[in-house]
Amino acid sequence: MKARIKFRKYGALRFIGHLDVMRFFQKVMRRADIPIAFTGGYSPHMIMSFASPLGIGLSSDGEYFDIELTEPISSNEAVRRMNEACVEGIEVLSFRKISDEKKMTGMTILAGADYLVSLRKGTLPDDWKEKFREFMSMPEIRIVKQTKRSEREVDIRPLIYQWELRGDDIFLQLAAGSSENLKPDLVMEAFMDYAGIGAADTETVKNGGGTEDAGGGHETGEEREMPVFSYHRLEMYADCGKDGERRLVTLEHLGEELE
Amino acid sequence: MRKLALSDDILLKVEKPARYIGGEVNSVMKDREQVDIRIAMCFPDAYEIGESHLGIKILYDMFNRRQDVWCERVYSPWLDLDKIMREENIPLFALESQDPVRDFDFLGVTIQFEMCYTNILQVLELSHIPLHASLRTDEDPFVIGGGPCAYNPEPLAEFFDLFYVGEGETAYDELFDAYKEWKQSGGSRREFLERAAQIEGIYVPAFYDAEYNEDGTLKSFTPNNVHAPAVVKKQVVMDVTDAPYPEKPVVPFIKATQDRVVLEIQRGCIRGCRFCQAGMIYRPTRERNVERLKEYARAMLKSTGHEEISLSSLSSSDYSELKELVLFLIDEFKDKGINISLPSLRIDAFSLDVMSRVQDVRKSSLTFAPEAGSQRMRDVINKGLTEEDILEGAGQAFEGGWSKVKLYFMLGLPTETEEDMKEIARLSDRVARRYYEIPKDQRNGKCQITASSSFFVPKPFTPFQWASMYPAEEYVRRASIVKHEFQEQLNRKSLKYNWHDAEGTVLEGVMARGDRKVGAVIEEAYRLGCLFDSWTESFRSDLWMQAFENTGVDIDFYNLRERKPDELFPWDFIDTGVSRKFLYREWERAMKGEVTPNCRMQCSGCGAAKFGGGVCYEGKN
Repeated sequence: MKARIKFRKYGALRFIGHLDVMRFFQKVMRRADIPIAFTGGYSPHMIMSFASPLGIGLSSDGEYFDIELTEPISSNEAVRRMNEACVEGIEVLSFRKISDEKKMTGMTILAGADYLVSLRKGTLPDDWKEKFREFMSMPEIRIVKQTKRSEREVDIRPLIYQWELRGDDIFLQLAAGSSENLKPDLVMEAFMDYAGIGAADTETVKNGGGTEDAGGGHETGEEREMPVFSYHRLEMYADCGKDGERRLVTLEHLGEELE
Repeated sequence: MRKLALSDDILLKVEKPARYIGGEVNSVMKDREQVDIRIAMCFPDAYEIGESHLGIKILYDMFNRRQDVWCERVYSPWLDLDKIMREENIPLFALESQDPVRDFDFLGVTIQFEMCYTNILQVLELSHIPLHASLRTDEDPFVIGGGPCAYNPEPLAEFFDLFYVGEGETAYDELFDAYKEWKQSGGSRREFLERAAQIEGIYVPAFYDAEYNEDGTLKSFTPNNVHAPAVVKKQVVMDVTDAPYPEKPVVPFIKATQDRVVLEIQRGCIRGCRFCQAGMIYRPTRERNVERLKEYARAMLKSTGHEEISLSSLSSSDYSELKELVLFLIDEFKDKGINISLPSLRIDAFSLDVMSRVQDVRKSSLTFAPEAGSQRMRDVINKGLTEEDILEGAGQAFEGGWSKVKLYFMLGLPTETEEDMKEIARLSDRVARRYYEIPKDQRNGKCQITASSSFFVPKPFTPFQWASMYPAEEYVRRASIVKHEFQEQLNRKSLKYNWHDAEGTVLEGVMARGDRKVGAVIEEAYRLGCLFDSWTESFRSDLWMQAFENTGVDIDFYNLRERKPDELFPWDFIDTGVSRKFLYREWERAMKGEVTPNCRMQCSGCGAAKFGGGVCYEGKN
């Protein structure tokens, strides 16, 4: 039997990296006596897979991992026991049974993620919201993506599924998963370049000829403190649409409560 | 939510920010308004090293059992954060409350090895506490040192207000009670130190004067305050079974060096190896009750969620209930995916049997510590291990399927000859030969024998405290003799030889047997930029040498000089229970290559029987 666990990560625990979060939950499983299954062999390890690593410094309300159970346990009981075994900074939100099919694990079906971007430090120009709308209305947002071996130019606009200005914050729904993945900081970097905020290299943004216009913001940029953003992941989704139609459903929604 | 001492910007900039945020499982939070005493316990090294240390875990747990005390932890900020804290003038803070260490009542420093001395000064300076105890005011905590290096505290004397000599379980309650009384009375700093000096095991360096002879040796060491005793007695907890033990140790977020439950099965060692300080200062050997250990194992695995449990002691094979305990651990936990790690086991049929049940024989390696290559040399150091034992053990292991063996040696031991050095290579080769005696179709390819040598450093309170050391070049020469001899061996392709660096050895020698004059070198080296000296990437031998030159302290005086039988040593004011007479007798026997039987075979009258328990009274109830 498989179960999906949703948790949030906040406060000081933002500074714990992905591998350490995995180690943390392995120990939580033991402390909370969750009947988790192990692989065989000389060094058995827990059957546990995380949907998507969260970078150091990010907080989240929607992190997921799937585990294999040896026997059923009620959702309420599991959530309670795990939270007793957790510390401030990590809170288990739900524990749900999911389909046993291999291709249904969070990692394989992950298709999208929501983020909230807030200004953590520094200032933005007064007209930044207008600039942001302009930026998002471009048909293409081309950036240079660095990979280990090469650099290639990609258009990230199709990977931005939704966006919204929420007060002074920015909501972004982005492609996530193993085939297409876009990190929110890349979007903000591209925006900064577009808007000419800060000393960022304008070469990295090519928006179909708009580069020259965007250069204008440089002088004012130097007078302000460089804006620094914080990123908060809100949710993660699977794509349940048919025939190429996208229909995002939260990973949690694909599971059901265990009595 | 807990507020962190460091900003997000800094935490995102430094390597492993989890070192500085606290909040780990089982870390203890209290209301600062509800406690009378706040103590920051420090291991002056990186978090991952310090967090692995059992001693701090014991004290942390023991102190926090008191309602009136809140004990927190502090470690050395790594070089990247060190730089930022200096630039931005951020005071060093304790992990739990994230409050500045300077606001605490005590800063406790466990001093486990000599190469951390500059880090102690770092911790003081980053805490904005004056380096010199004499310059501290009512605004500063009392800085108290403990651990094995407190058995010769003299090189650090001016940096500490007090030292606790011996095992922490016995006298801290008295010290804390005295502190509370003193705090209420509104007395002076000096008054508290006078009160503390009367507690057994407490040494207040400022209350003693050292006088020197013309040749630089110690002439006299006497109290200058009526409250300070002439002799400071080491503390020993005789009932180790009922002594406090941390059933809920802190579980670090990042991987610490010891990322496992540690069960201390006994304290002390019956063996009496003449180079080994732990084997002398932790006498007498005291065993923990096996039933209690089983309870601890269960409770600690449950409270931490660790996936591994390890036994800790100086020589696990000498624990009389070892079989009972190990079989219990295997039966109880092996099926639950818990790894069982069994260090410091003598290789014999029993240990090979249990090891084959807890590890993958083909992947794991077996460790032997012959310490010396020749039988003559092993007799000098009183390592009760014969070549026959080693070859027999290795043979059984090879037949059991192992093919990797690690061998540990020391170089630069007293009376060591070129022959003794070469025997390291030859013994390693004989171990390999034993492997190739197994028919080809029954063995698992080539064997891999890895020999490592470290250079011997004489330590206070050992029979070798009289021994002289060698200059750095001589250590290098000795290692190269061994290296060359390895190349001469028949099975050289199955042998690998590593040796430790020699520059650190020389420094360690000066710190280990140094007197108060050495303090100036430590401070100068720190001022010149020395820090994390036990880390190869940050060790700066050149700066240390500069520090010796700048202060005029002579390395040769501490390391190369032959010490006379009756020379007064800087650490002689401490009474470890093991008499100087016994140690000297052992030194003489070493020179004659005479072996001394272990404590269970025959009592050699070291003096530790005066503590009234442990191995000295086994079978005598």
